[in-house]
Amino acid sequence: MTKENHPVRTSRPKRKTQEMYLNIGPSHPAMHGIIRIITELEGETVKKAEIEIGYLHRAFEKDSEQVSWNGVMPYTDRLNYVSPLINNFGYCMAVEKLMGLQVPERGLYIRTIMSEISRLVDHLTCVGASAMELGAFTAFLYLMQIRDELYELIEDVTGARITNSFGRVGGVRADLTADFIPKSREKFKTAHRLIKEVDKLLTNNRIFYDRTRGIGIISAEDAQDWGITGPWLRSTGVAHDLREAEPYMMYDRVQFDIPYGEYGDNYDRYMVRMEEMRQSLRICEQCFDQIGEGSLSADIPPEYMESADLVDTAKSMKTAGLIDKEAALCPNLRGQEKHQIAAVSAASKASTLPPKAQCYSNIEGLMNHFMLVMDNWGVRPPMGEAYAAIEAPNGELGFYVVSDGRGKPYRVRCHPPCFPIMNALADVLQDGMVADIIATFGSVNMIGGELDR
Amino acid sequence: MGLRKTVTGIFGQESFVTTRLDSAIGWARKYSLFLYPFVTACCGMEYMSISCAHYDLDRFGAALPRFSPRQADVLMVVGTISHKIAPVLHRIYEQMTEPKWVVAFGVCTCTGGFYDNYATVQGIDTIIPVDIYIPGCPPNPHTFLQGLMMLQEKIQKQKQEY
Amino acid sequence: MGKATEIIREKFTEFILDHHENGGDETVIIKPEGLLKVAKFIKTHPELDFNILMDIAGVDYLGREPRFEVVYHFYSMRRKARLRIKLPVSETDPEVDTLTVYWKGADWYEREVWDMFGVRFRGHPNLKRILMYDGFEGHPLRKDYPFNKRQPRIGPIN
Repeated sequence: MTKENHPVRTSRPKRKTQEMYLNIGPSHPAMHGIIRIITELEGETVKKAEIEIGYLHRAFEKDSEQVSWNGVMPYTDRLNYVSPLINNFGYCMAVEKLMGLQVPERGLYIRTIMSEISRLVDHLTCVGASAMELGAFTAFLYLMQIRDELYELIEDVTGARITNSFGRVGGVRADLTADFIPKSREKFKTAHRLIKEVDKLLTNNRIFYDRTRGIGIISAEDAQDWGITGPWLRSTGVAHDLREAEPYMMYDRVQFDIPYGEYGDNYDRYMVRMEEMRQSLRICEQCFDQIGEGSLSADIPPEYMESADLVDTAKSMKTAGLIDKEAALCPNLRGQEKHQIAAVSAASKASTLPPKAQCYSNIEGLMNHFMLVMDNWGVRPPMGEAYAAIEAPNGELGFYVVSDGRGKPYRVRCHPPCFPIMNALADVLQDGMVADIIATFGSVNMIGGELDR
Repeated sequence: MGLRKTVTGIFGQESFVTTRLDSAIGWARKYSLFLYPFVTACCGMEYMSISCAHYDLDRFGAALPRFSPRQADVLMVVGTISHKIAPVLHRIYEQMTEPKWVVAFGVCTCTGGFYDNYATVQGIDTIIPVDIYIPGCPPNPHTFLQGLMMLQEKIQKQKQEY
Repeated sequence: MGKATEIIREKFTEFILDHHENGGDETVIIKPEGLLKVAKFIKTHPELDFNILMDIAGVDYLGREPRFEVVYHFYSMRRKARLRIKLPVSETDPEVDTLTVYWKGADWYEREVWDMFGVRFRGHPNLKRILMYDGFEGHPLRKDYPFNKRQPRIGPIN
């Protein structure tokens, strides 16, 4: 091509630009849980975002109406499956409020300890996953290591790693195991150490800081307008925590600080979560000091006998001294001996299952058990309604229960803490960059189970 | 300068291994699984634990998650599948290239579990074929590892297409 | 009688149907037409200051007239107090006013109540299904919707 016939560009041709639509999810690696974000992009800027939820709707509220009051417990596990114990206790508190039940002190201590371990697990998962999405894989591995150790701790007491179903209306399922407290103290040392490591890795990390500081900002007024609670609200500078505002369980007997942020951005939320983890460990350690030996050491150690032998002896009329003997329980009923159940559950025949030993060895216990597990008998709160709120890792988790006086809930409504946050998310993402969607979404700690129920 | 090659070890001059091509391919395939984690719910927490250092999926050559279905060999369906997400799951299965396997992780994917209600698919095998069912709500990591080994055995034994 | 109930009762005698305080939860039952006025009042009144709309729930009392109830939970961040407002809604014309004008957060809650119970919200900017999908017929949390009536998008009905 000669120089003469080469087209000389005098001015740039006018480019036609148009918005681009980008669909993120429902199955996307960084969308932990399934959710769909439809974005309208102008270059790399998000002009508009629309969020679609409901992909994990599995009818918690409808299912609750089909089962007994205690039968709802496994379903509550699967609401926020990262901290199921808090969901258990939140639901229990609503029913107890309706029935006017008082849980014994030791039961409340156990609830407090288990709640805080759960909160720890939840924050570990959230911080770890959101750091991983920003490329910090080591932090994720460290945090998951503590999480697994804590799962083992929970498994020791509840019998399950994740879906614990440990709460019962009027108390908890079983007492702590004998070696729980020393074991926990040991594991908490690891937790302290690894949280410190992660703190060193992330907090002053230039890349992490730049990716999170000033991103995903929400103001305190906006947050309250949307109905947001929990770390998201605290990051905006409102130091509101239900554990302090409306103390439940044993939170009025322990000391803890409420971290709050300044700018309401992703970095503040990360900092709030990190500090809350340390506070959770602190609360647990105080509870360990206060809870004491309790029922772990009965005054007179009971004399155990195989339940079959117990029945045979009674049948052959050798009943002398038999009343002092207790039926030996199989290992998965550990923590449910007579003196232990009394210490952790409300003394109410209308709500608490009798100790298994009694159920195996005498007719009153058997009948009491039978009445409680029969369809449409069992726990029957009086007609009415109650709303109980609990500070879940994401904010206020509320249960609104309605009873018609029968053995099944008439209505169980769960107020999920991440629902209002997701509601506000479209606004928060707007005018941000497309790469920051992941960072902001990670800080929501969206849990599909409780969002969609 | 002269250079004389020395050959030692089992693949040396005199040694050789005989095998069927099928079995050799199977052996290679079973230890290089690329997973596509279709994580929806609670089981995802267990899946996280499994893929991290504590249980270490890497030992089985199956640690690398591929988030593009076109690059994945095993579709791990982890967690409850509702009717709203079902078409998406089906589409992802269709997008995967052969050979492909499907693992139903957790009881919700096997049968619907205790979610017998209007919203939940009663087992993903009503939508896509499933190779291994891993029960549990959620499955213990050890249960999953056993399931994975069963899948590897299945891959080894099957007629290989190539 | 709780403080909030008292103040509301003084101001809006004509809208209040009932009130109670069972279990310590202050509850006011009002007529649907009074909702917007009462909501604005409790949000702006300095002694009430319910600045957070915590939750909106629907309840279906099948066989009772009015059949539905929409339950609002409010929270005051400053006073750390709660209030529940209940609205009976009839089956023939289940429609109440939207609260999105006062609380942005009402958006999704109201969509969910519409999705699950079929109660419409007058003036809602984007009233469509939220948890269920387009093409789903009926409102699943109504008591007369069978709990396992499935409407799959693909695959068999089982």
